[in-house]
Amino acid sequence: MAIKDLPLEEHYIPGSAACPGCPASMALRMVFKAIGKKMIMVVPACCTSVIESLHPYTSFDIPLLNIAFEAAAAASSGVAAALETMGRDDITVVAWAGDGGTYDIGLQALSGAFERGTNFIYICYNNQIYSNTGIQRSGATPYAAWTTTTVGGKTEFRKEMGEIVQAHHIPYVAQTSIGYPEDVYRKVKKAKEIKGPKYIEILAPCPPGWRFDMSKTAEMGKLAVETGAWALYEVENDKITFNGKSKLILEGKMKRKPVEDWLKLQGRFRHLFVPERDEKRLKEIEDHIDMLWRRYRSWVGIEK
Amino acid sequence: MKKYPIITSISYPKKGAMGKTGTWRVFKPILDQNKCVKCLQCWIYCPEATIIRKEDNSVEIDYEYCKGCGVCANVCPTKAITMVREGEEK
Amino acid sequence: MKVMIDTGNYIAAKAAIMAKPNVVAAYPITPQTTLVEGIAKYKETGEFKGEYICVESEHSAMSACIGASATGVRVFTGTSSHGLLLMHEMLHWAALSRLPIVMCNINRVVGPGWNIWADENDSIAQRDTGWIQFYVSSNQEIFDTVIQAFKIAEHEKISLPIMINYNAFILSHTSMPVYIPEQEEIDEFIPKRKPTWKLDVDNPITFGNIILPDAYIEVRRDMQRAQDYARNYIKKVAEEWREKFGRYHGDLIDRYRCDDAEYIILTMGAIGAESRIAVDNLREDGLKIGLARVRVFRPFPKEDIVELSKKADFIVIDRNISVGMGGALSAEVKSALYGNSDTKVYSYIAGLGGKDVTFKDIEKMIRKVVDGKVKTLEWYSLEE
Repeated sequence: MAIKDLPLEEHYIPGSAACPGCPASMALRMVFKAIGKKMIMVVPACCTSVIESLHPYTSFDIPLLNIAFEAAAAASSGVAAALETMGRDDITVVAWAGDGGTYDIGLQALSGAFERGTNFIYICYNNQIYSNTGIQRSGATPYAAWTTTTVGGKTEFRKEMGEIVQAHHIPYVAQTSIGYPEDVYRKVKKAKEIKGPKYIEILAPCPPGWRFDMSKTAEMGKLAVETGAWALYEVENDKITFNGKSKLILEGKMKRKPVEDWLKLQGRFRHLFVPERDEKRLKEIEDHIDMLWRRYRSWVGIEK
Repeated sequence: MKKYPIITSISYPKKGAMGKTGTWRVFKPILDQNKCVKCLQCWIYCPEATIIRKEDNSVEIDYEYCKGCGVCANVCPTKAITMVREGEEK
Repeated sequence: MKVMIDTGNYIAAKAAIMAKPNVVAAYPITPQTTLVEGIAKYKETGEFKGEYICVESEHSAMSACIGASATGVRVFTGTSSHGLLLMHEMLHWAALSRLPIVMCNINRVVGPGWNIWADENDSIAQRDTGWIQFYVSSNQEIFDTVIQAFKIAEHEKISLPIMINYNAFILSHTSMPVYIPEQEEIDEFIPKRKPTWKLDVDNPITFGNIILPDAYIEVRRDMQRAQDYARNYIKKVAEEWREKFGRYHGDLIDRYRCDDAEYIILTMGAIGAESRIAVDNLREDGLKIGLARVRVFRPFPKEDIVELSKKADFIVIDRNISVGMGGALSAEVKSALYGNSDTKVYSYIAGLGGKDVTFKDIEKMIRKVVDGKVKTLEWYSLEE
């Protein structure tokens, strides 16, 4: 998929409330392009509830229902059921939630909707924090990252949401990164054509939350993949395929960059480098990533 | 604007829902058309949809709403976009 | 018109599917379970043609109802006690979204300890969510109110969700004969829903984004105006039902032998049904007692209460307690009377935890008041 082939169609209207350099806005543009105007979006409490802009106006040119924090997947089941009774199979239901609303408070509703086979795409834009409330720790926050509730760095590793979702054996699960908008577009487009529950998670580097310059959002999204801190993959009917640089890393065709290359650009990991290098925690992070990749290789049968 | 018989929190699509967000800018992206190779990287990464893609894949910038994040300048492979402090552009 | 002899829950299920909702989303909880089982059965037989979403919690049940209703279709659900409490956040969301969802709540005790019997504290705790609240006292009234509720909720000037409350087991699991109108008559009474707003790809709107104080206050005032409007419209619908089907359960209040009464019992739900018998028995003894069973708790029948207070003192029996204040109905009645009437209000708390309240109990309560032995608040059957 070449960039030139992406449609001109825009449903994200300039002049929104998003922060400059916002990864969620970037991702939303791709979602809108991939699905088009025949969609209903359900949004729980998250940055997007702000990005939409203030009543009585909105920066999104598609029908959208804001819902309570933990309720996106359940409300989507309701929308999908109503559309089903109206015979409107031409409309795509998209739940669009942050990592807090997905990994944590919304996990039960999400699992329920997947288990009961709701026909929708659940998209988690993962900025690894509760950023809308002022950068608090979430279940997606990586080990050692500073947040306002983990002042000395988080003491636990993030959970693997992708694996939790895969355990539901839904028709389509994918991980992508806003560093690769064509990959985001392609995966959303593919999900749109599949009936049943679909899950897509987009890594969304947040300039104020991760403490990096707002011009570097795309770069941070790419580096996360190149260092192996994030993996691009898709699972179709339980068959997993790694994509892009993640595929090269998986197959040993590209050596993943040291995770430091990604960490040191982010103020949230600054305490790992100044006043002196925290070798212990840096090693723990590298080891954890190595463990994950061994695991990924075992999924595809490269490693037992 | 379509009116409803009840008053509730219904919002309508509008360009500039938060006003002219171009006023948020500290640095302004300046595009050198001579260096542009029409790769559309700036267009695809722009968070605010303020890089306007034209029929021939050349682009221009919507300064009324561009927030000046600098992502476009950062992703441009030919450095055709440079960030210049507001008021200091030539 | 035919007669169906069945429990309150199965009658509610029958009424719900005759209203032809597109979507039902519900989660089982005792004593509501036979209601959802009833709907599942109708889905199986094909009598219910909509979608039945088996959600994983009541919070998700109400969330799914909101999603479906926001898409513009008719929606029904049912719950009880802890299920209703778990929905609390979404009850606000539904009402503030002005979605005409109809729900049966089977009034059940709130734990701990676990107790599945009748008590109104679950729904009283939802008083301020913006829902219209009915409290009914027979299976026939369950049926008739479910159908009427869709008409009221979906009226464009009301556009609010409605909760129909009935007592655990006393109604939910007790069989009674109920007259069921023909499907065509129901279809005529409640035509297809015309949504006041909906999620529509041809007219995109964002619902519920950030709203500033000035606009938010207007949203709240509009809800209040809708409830005020409903106060009269509920009466109108009850009249229309009486004309069409010959049955009437009162308007906002079900009045019984109030005209010459010196004391009027005010209560809700099944205690109201028992009170009728108590009134008749006490009247035989020459005591001039009447009954005003409050059918609609929200909107609260303020003017009707004041009207009733002109000739009689009040004896309020609450099967609920707002701890730190007293019975909820009693407090609301006094609030309605303030500045409008000097009527004395005697208050009883009775039947909490599902403790049986029979007509004999009610007679004892009334006699004690008449004998001048009750001051203000009494806990019936408890030692001082």
